[in-house]
Amino acid sequence: MASVWVFIQNDNGTPSTLGLELLTKARSMGDVTAIYLGEGGDDAFATLGEYGAGKVLHASAGDSLPSAPVAAALATRVESDRPDLILLGQAYTDRDVAGRLAARLGVGILSNAADVRLVDNGVETEHEIFGGAQIAVATAAGNPSIVLVRPKSFPAEPGGGGAPDVEVLDLPDAGASSAKVVESHVEEREGPQLADAPIVISGGRGLGSAEAYELVEKLGKQLGAATGATRAIVDSGWVPYAKQVGQTGKTVKPDIYIAAGVSGAMQHLVGMKDSKTIIAINKDPDAPIFSVADLGIVGDVHKVLPKLIEALESR
Amino acid sequence: MKVVVCVKQIPDPATPYKLEEGTNWLVRPSEQVLDDTDRYGVEMGLQLAQANDGTVTLVSMGPAGNNQGVRQALAMGADKAVLIDDTDLRGSDALTTARVLAAAIKEEGFDLVISGTESTDGYAGVVPQMISELLDTPTLTFATQVEVGDGKVTIHRQTAAGYDVVEASLPAVVSVTAGAVEPRYPTFKGIMDAKKKTVENKTLADLGVKAETTQTVNEINDAPERSGGKKIEDEGEAHLEIISLLKERKAI
Repeated sequence: MASVWVFIQNDNGTPSTLGLELLTKARSMGDVTAIYLGEGGDDAFATLGEYGAGKVLHASAGDSLPSAPVAAALATRVESDRPDLILLGQAYTDRDVAGRLAARLGVGILSNAADVRLVDNGVETEHEIFGGAQIAVATAAGNPSIVLVRPKSFPAEPGGGGAPDVEVLDLPDAGASSAKVVESHVEEREGPQLADAPIVISGGRGLGSAEAYELVEKLGKQLGAATGATRAIVDSGWVPYAKQVGQTGKTVKPDIYIAAGVSGAMQHLVGMKDSKTIIAINKDPDAPIFSVADLGIVGDVHKVLPKLIEALESR
Repeated sequence: MKVVVCVKQIPDPATPYKLEEGTNWLVRPSEQVLDDTDRYGVEMGLQLAQANDGTVTLVSMGPAGNNQGVRQALAMGADKAVLIDDTDLRGSDALTTARVLAAAIKEEGFDLVISGTESTDGYAGVVPQMISELLDTPTLTFATQVEVGDGKVTIHRQTAAGYDVVEASLPAVVSVTAGAVEPRYPTFKGIMDAKKKTVENKTLADLGVKAETTQTVNEINDAPERSGGKKIEDEGEAHLEIISLLKERKAI
C-alpha cells in the first residue's frame, strides 16, 4: 500500500478545510500520515483521524517562520520513512514548505494540481491550463512525488476513522535560514469570506477606477456577499491582493458569482468558472466572460449596478 | 547593499498562448515582454537599493530573443542584467529554474534577492522558496511591505487572515506581491540608458549546473465545456433580469 503524507495547517485550533480536502483524497490512495502544523490537541487529532489520517506528525514552530525548520525536519523524516507521495495545498505556507523541501530533496514539484493519481513510478496529475479550457495531464518521476493541490479540488468528507497515533515532530534550528514572526495581524473582515461565501461579487478593470469598486461593495452588502477582484485591478492597487480571484489568487465555487466589468481573462476564469450560477456585466459583447455566464448583460456597470443596488435597497 | 532581482521574459499575455506539438512546451516568440508582476520586484529593489546605497542586478533565465523584457526592467533603473539562455533549459521545471537562478545569484554575490510570487506564464509559485533553500537564506514570501536596516530585513507577509510581521537577518530571499509598491514608468532617458547597460549572457556550462527535468506533460485534453446562457443588451432594464434570476436561485 502506498504511503501518502498530507501537510495540514491549523486554522484557529482546528485543521484547515484545505487540509481536510487533501486528507479525504489521500485516504483513497493509501496509508495516510498527516503532518499537522500549529496548535492543536486531542480534538484536532481526532478530526484528522476521522478524515483519514492513521498517524499524525505534529509540529509547532512557535514564533519561528515555519517553512525552513519544517522542511528540514520533513527531509530527514523522508529519508527514514520513504513516503511515496506528499500532498500540500496551493496556499502560502504550503508553497514555502514544499519549495524548500523539494529543493532539499532534489525532487520536482507538480504545482496547481486539480487531481492526482498514483501510477507506476510516481504520480499523474491534472492541471487546468488556458483558464480551464484545457486539462494538461502530467507525470513526475520523483521519489517522493510532491504535489501542490488547488483548494476546492476535492470535497472534505469524514470517513469515520478512529483516533490516530500522534508523534511530535521536532523542528531543528534553521540556522542562516531562520526568520521570526514578530507580530500577527488579523485584518478586520466584515461579512462573509471569499473562499466560502454562497454569493461572490467581483469587480474588474471595466469599473474604470478604484473609487468605482464602491459599487461592488454596496451590492455585496445588499446581498450578504463576499467581494472579490481580478488580478488586473489588484495589480493596479485598487484593492488588496487578499481579494484576488483566479489562478494566482483564490479559487471560489459559490452558488452565485456576479462579475462586474470583468473581461474574463484566463487567469480569472480558472478561479471562478465552477460557480453554480454566473452573472456577468460587461460593455464588450465579445468579452470571454460571457462564454461561461448563465446570464450575460452587455452594458455599462456604472448604469446597471446602481439600478440593481437601488432596486435591492427598496425591497 | 547588493540587491538581485529575478525577472522573467514571457510571451505577451495579451496574445493567445500556444503549446509546441509533441513536447507541450509553451511556444516562446523572439519578442517577449517583462512579466508584469516582476515590475513590483524591480521597483522594490530600486527603492531599497537607493535607500541603502546599493546596486540592483537583474537575473533572468530563458530564451533571450530580442531581450525586450530585460531592457524594460533595465529602463526602470536596474544597473545590469545576467541572462541564462541555454537550449538545454527548454521545458525546465521549477527546480531546474531555481538551481540555475541560485547559481547565477551566488556568482553575482547578494545581500537581498527579490522576486515576484509566481510568473504569469508558468505560475508554479515555488521558485523563490527553492532559491532560498539552495542559498540557505530565510524565505520571506508574499511580502506586501519590505524594510531593510541594520543587517536585517522586515516584511509584512500576507496570510489568509491578514498579515504577519516577519524579521530575519540578511542575506535573505523576499517575494513581493503585486501592488506592494507602485512601479515607476521608464523615462525616455531610462530607455536610452538601458540600451547601453550590460546584459551578460551565460550558459549552463558557465554556471556548472546540469538541466535535469523530471516532469513531462503527456496529454492535453479539452475540459468539459461550460456553455454560456442567456445574453441580453442593457436598455435600461437589465437589472430586473438579474433580480429575477437571483429570486429564482433563492438568493433574495
